[in-house]
Amino acid sequence: MLKKIIFQFLALSFIFTYNAQSAESGGMPQLNPEFWISQIFWLVLTFGLLFIILSKFILPKISNNLETRKSQILENIETADKQREETEKKVKEFDKIINDTKVEAKNFFNSERQKVLDDINNKRLSLEKDIEKEIIKADEEIDQLKKTSQEKVIKIAIETSSDLVKQLIGEDINKSSLSAIVEDLSKKEMEKHNGI
Amino acid sequence: MAANPMYQFNVYRIGPEIKISNIDISFTNASLFMVISSLAILIIFNLGTKRSIIPNKIQLLAELSYSFISKMISDTAGSKARPYFSFIFSLFMFVLFCNMFGMIPYSFTVTSHIIVTFVLAAFIFIGVTIIGFIKHGLGYLKLFVPSGVPMVLLPLIVVIEIISYLSRPISLSVRLFANMMAGHTMMKVFGGFVVSLGIVGGWLPLGFSVALTGLEILVAFLQAYVFAILTCIYLNDALNLHH
Repeated sequence: MLKKIIFQFLALSFIFTYNAQSAESGGMPQLNPEFWISQIFWLVLTFGLLFIILSKFILPKISNNLETRKSQILENIETADKQREETEKKVKEFDKIINDTKVEAKNFFNSERQKVLDDINNKRLSLEKDIEKEIIKADEEIDQLKKTSQEKVIKIAIETSSDLVKQLIGEDINKSSLSAIVEDLSKKEMEKHNGI
Repeated sequence: MAANPMYQFNVYRIGPEIKISNIDISFTNASLFMVISSLAILIIFNLGTKRSIIPNKIQLLAELSYSFISKMISDTAGSKARPYFSFIFSLFMFVLFCNMFGMIPYSFTVTSHIIVTFVLAAFIFIGVTIIGFIKHGLGYLKLFVPSGVPMVLLPLIVVIEIISYLSRPISLSVRLFANMMAGHTMMKVFGGFVVSLGIVGGWLPLGFSVALTGLEILVAFLQAYVFAILTCIYLNDALNLHH
């Protein structure tokens, strides 16, 4: 139904417009030569001016702009390349410096350690020597003390024994004989003590 | 009156009648739109000449058009056509802007008049022929004698070649004129349907009208491109004689 109405409308409108158009003066205005000369004149004038202004003033500027941009871009790329190379060089140098310092630090550390170890060794050696000397000295002293103490013990023993004898008997006895007895006894005792 | 689809192509006088020794060169609506198109081109491309390394939008437009036409010329006519760049650029832009301004409702399409397109085409034809004779002398006539054609057929071929060469300005001008006129007439007819069918039945032709507008904008660009590229091809024949 709706389709039919639309179709009728279309058909009617076509008839109406056709009538309206045919009622007016037909033909193409393009083929009316009344304004041909005027159109040619204005076309030549406007297009000529457009061509002259574009070719003399505007297009050279645009092409110039494009050229400068091109060259600028090339230049920038060149400088960027150069800078990149420089950076690479710098990075290499930096790496080299770091490596060198590392090696140096290692060497330094090693040598210092060696030094310290040597020092410690030396000190230990000298200390050991000193200790040995001290020990020897002490041994000697001990020996001497042993000897002197024996004599002193003997002397004391003689004196105490003479005193004892004096108090027991009430008279002095020959010291030399006493000492001989004491010495003999002490020797025996010493031998027994020393395990000889 | 306004329902006549051909009415939009009427040329009428704007302002006083100007006559130089009995020749009428009055300023008409056609002249007005030629002036408007030229001014628009000049303004847009003049704004596009700012010297900045990073272009703004108008500069980008101008530079892209420049490279587009530059590429078109070097592709079709080679590097020898470089001196004619400005002319082809102006031609393309003029035709394009006239076509595009014609797409504005109630405006006038300069290129829908056979006399305008014919003058452009005739100028190109004459110019290309002169360039051909300057570059190759009488050797340019070899254009009409294709190589590798049997002697028997040669008279016929030469006649055909000459006719095809002479018909170049006509085909070039009629192509542009007919396209513009047909498109605008069709749009006008559908617009008339919209009015006469009113609110009930007018939607269908309105849709057609909208679709046609898009198509016509495409045609407006395409015809300007075709006009320019055919000029390049004719120029190529004149500059690099292949036959």
